[in-house]
Amino acid sequence: MKNWPLWEVFVRSKNGLEHRHCGSLHASDATMALENARDVYTRRMEGVSIWVVPSKEITASNPDDSAELFDPAKDKAYRHPTFYELPEELKHM
Amino acid sequence: MSEIEMKELEAIFDQKIANDEKIEPKDWMPEKYRKTHIRQISQHAHSEIVGMLPEGNWITRAPSLRRKVALLAKVQDEAGHGLYLYSACETLGVTREELYEQLHSGEAKYSSIFNYPTVTWADMGAIGWLVDGAAIINQVPLTATSFGPYARAMVRVCKEESFHQRQGFEIMMTLASGTQEQKDMAQDALNRWWWPSLMMLGPTDAESVHTEQSMKWKLKRKTNDELRQQFIDQTVPQAELIGLTIPDPNLKWNEETKRYDFGALDWDEFWQVVKGHGPCNKARMDARKNAWSKGEWVRDAAMAYAEKQELKLETA
Repeated sequence: MKNWPLWEVFVRSKNGLEHRHCGSLHASDATMALENARDVYTRRMEGVSIWVVPSKEITASNPDDSAELFDPAKDKAYRHPTFYELPEELKHM
Repeated sequence: MSEIEMKELEAIFDQKIANDEKIEPKDWMPEKYRKTHIRQISQHAHSEIVGMLPEGNWITRAPSLRRKVALLAKVQDEAGHGLYLYSACETLGVTREELYEQLHSGEAKYSSIFNYPTVTWADMGAIGWLVDGAAIINQVPLTATSFGPYARAMVRVCKEESFHQRQGFEIMMTLASGTQEQKDMAQDALNRWWWPSLMMLGPTDAESVHTEQSMKWKLKRKTNDELRQQFIDQTVPQAELIGLTIPDPNLKWNEETKRYDFGALDWDEFWQVVKGHGPCNKARMDARKNAWSKGEWVRDAAMAYAEKQELKLETA
């Protein structure tokens, strides 16, 4: 028989904060994944909302491509406010 | 990949760990790093799961509702810890079924302390106080280990573990201040769990085959002997506080080193239990294997139901 698929679990710890990845678990379907996530990841009031996503549905970037994906941002200091040298007397900016 | 390229990759990898950068599942890693982590994380997960059995023995016989809900919560945490760790391990490309298979076939180990029986209620106190106490000492440094998913799982585990030790000590404290019979029961539990708890921190440094490599990968921050000394130094005053005696005639405060000197451990017993000849090895494994094989129809039924629901959605 087939093994239970893997699900990724995301928990919102309180309203106002984003859901954050907190781990994974096995379950036969989405309903069971939610129930198991409640028991495995929120036994001490760690969450007010849970998302479960089949792990196979996640497309991840490859660490081998990290350089071409993320390095171009390194030499773009002009995207940061501190790049612009302005007089000290200037206020509210 | 040529040997030179491999060496270069390894050098970059070693440097990352030396800089306290984390290794994530899809990053390149030496095969030995992957294998060692699968071995250690799964061994850790198995220990949590098998560790439920000695305590599960007392849930229905806890002396009060307060003790019962606490013990239930502790055992449930251990199931949770096992699941965090299995998930972390699976990110290294091994399946849950393979991990179970390794446990059931005896290929994978689990902490040998769970092969001792829990014969009185006081054992619930001694386990929480000593076994979880030793586990905390082992686990806290792992929150800073190099493999990201393992470190993150250990942060959650350690947060939850402190309640385990405190509830255990409270049981011991209550018994130790009770009737003579209750005090004797507490002392007897301490006598039986003391030495196995010391052995839980692993073979002596001279015998430990993985220490050097594990230190480099931050799977270990202190050697087994250092951890053992730390455990003894912090536990002896706790026993004194509740009027119990550590069962070691050679235990003595050393004014020079500011540490306790202690008697020799019976390592023959340790290796006997590791090799499967402890009092409960067979019972523990039978319980795990039965749970897995007798639960098969439930797993199959749940999967069949899920597939049927999926089909309904598609044809609707």
